[in-house]
Amino acid sequence: MSSVYIQLSYFDLALASTLLLLAGGLSIGLKLGLEKMLGIAALRTVVQLSLIGLVLKLLFQTTSPWWTALAAIFMMGFAGREAMARQTLKLRGGWSLGIATLSLMLAGTVVTTLALTTAIRPEPWYDARFSIPLLGMVLGNTLNGVAVGMDRLSATLKREKIAIEARLALGHPRRDAVRPYVREAMRAGVMHIINAMSAAGLISIPGMMTGQILAGVDPTQAVKYQILIMFLIAGSTSLGALTAILALSNRLSDDRDRLRLDRFR
Amino acid sequence: MTLSIRHLKRLTIGPLDLEVAAGDIVALTGPSGVGKSLLLRAIADLDTNQGTLSLNGEARESMSGPAWRKQVMYVPAYSGWWADLVEPHFEGAQRGIVIDTLHRLGLESTALGWEVANLSTGERQRLSFARAVVHRPKILMLDEPTSGLDVDNAQKMEKLIEQYAQGDMGDGMGIVFVTHDAGQAARLGTRHIRLQDGQLTEVSAP
Repeated sequence: MSSVYIQLSYFDLALASTLLLLAGGLSIGLKLGLEKMLGIAALRTVVQLSLIGLVLKLLFQTTSPWWTALAAIFMMGFAGREAMARQTLKLRGGWSLGIATLSLMLAGTVVTTLALTTAIRPEPWYDARFSIPLLGMVLGNTLNGVAVGMDRLSATLKREKIAIEARLALGHPRRDAVRPYVREAMRAGVMHIINAMSAAGLISIPGMMTGQILAGVDPTQAVKYQILIMFLIAGSTSLGALTAILALSNRLSDDRDRLRLDRFR
Repeated sequence: MTLSIRHLKRLTIGPLDLEVAAGDIVALTGPSGVGKSLLLRAIADLDTNQGTLSLNGEARESMSGPAWRKQVMYVPAYSGWWADLVEPHFEGAQRGIVIDTLHRLGLESTALGWEVANLSTGERQRLSFARAVVHRPKILMLDEPTSGLDVDNAQKMEKLIEQYAQGDMGDGMGIVFVTHDAGQAARLGTRHIRLQDGQLTEVSAP
């Protein structure tokens, strides 16, 4: 990678923050009531990213597989919590958190490890400089698929209770009775990545690619990286959403082929 | 052919015992909200419940939930539909039997092509009854089977229920039906049981 990038000073960031002041001013002027939320969100961006910058710097220096693994577990745990927080209907007894976290762990670990050991191949393969940002991108997107898919399945099973139980009462197995709703949830879960892949380059220049180009990387190289990332995200989102949706539909029914909406909180 | 229920328990109901034999038409009555539908759902194993249930000596636990429900079938008062047209709801049944059943209920075979969204309450009720009986369950549990029907269609339905119980169309079925109509309970039922305070009492024996 060439290093012909233009260094940003804190003054540059302060300059950009005047845009936020403008947005805040508009909110006050138009009585939108968004200024407080905007301020807190901006502050969180600065604090969280500064912290992660420091953590990443430390992590890259230590080159310990254990610290890298710990960081990865930490990220996956947070992703699971976030996916659970986005659920309108939650299961009793921590099952929502468990299903979300385990699906994210499975998909994130499989896909990131695969990319590191086959496509990117850094030395060593778990090098934090590659593994952590990659896992971050994969998790951030898979989280969306898992959260949307689970939320959709819960909502549809609740809404279609009478139709599902009509089938169960006639002796249809639970798998048949919930199949249309599992399919619908899966579509909802992966739709954002399909849209992103379709729009890539034509409507939107993806963030990672923009970052690489700004950092001085040759655009054709940046494109290759972006395609790789898109494929990883698509694979991981599908795997994560499918795992989570199947586990959830399993939990919302039982081995006597009954619908178990009583397992919602 | 007998359905035997021993110590059936679920929230607010039981423990209670009941036996239903082929040819029985059991009228189940009781105040609103006492759990008549919940009782039928528990027998069909659609909700969690405890008890020793068997059909002709075969324990409920010895077969899968779907296998049990194919023989001990519950038809709820409010029917659910999972496809846009009527026909897919009869999947797996012999076409001849389906059309014959529709005729007996005063419906033409063209009803199979109707859109579910356009069905009237009475049509829904008759079609949801039809899509259950075409599978010839051994025990049929009907939740207010004639509540949405006019007098003429209610009579057709009652006659059909009697014919299924007596075995005019294949083996005789054991039938349990929920009703709020004392006249119907006396007219159609060969037995009459009442659910109150979570317990069953036999009002009259045949």
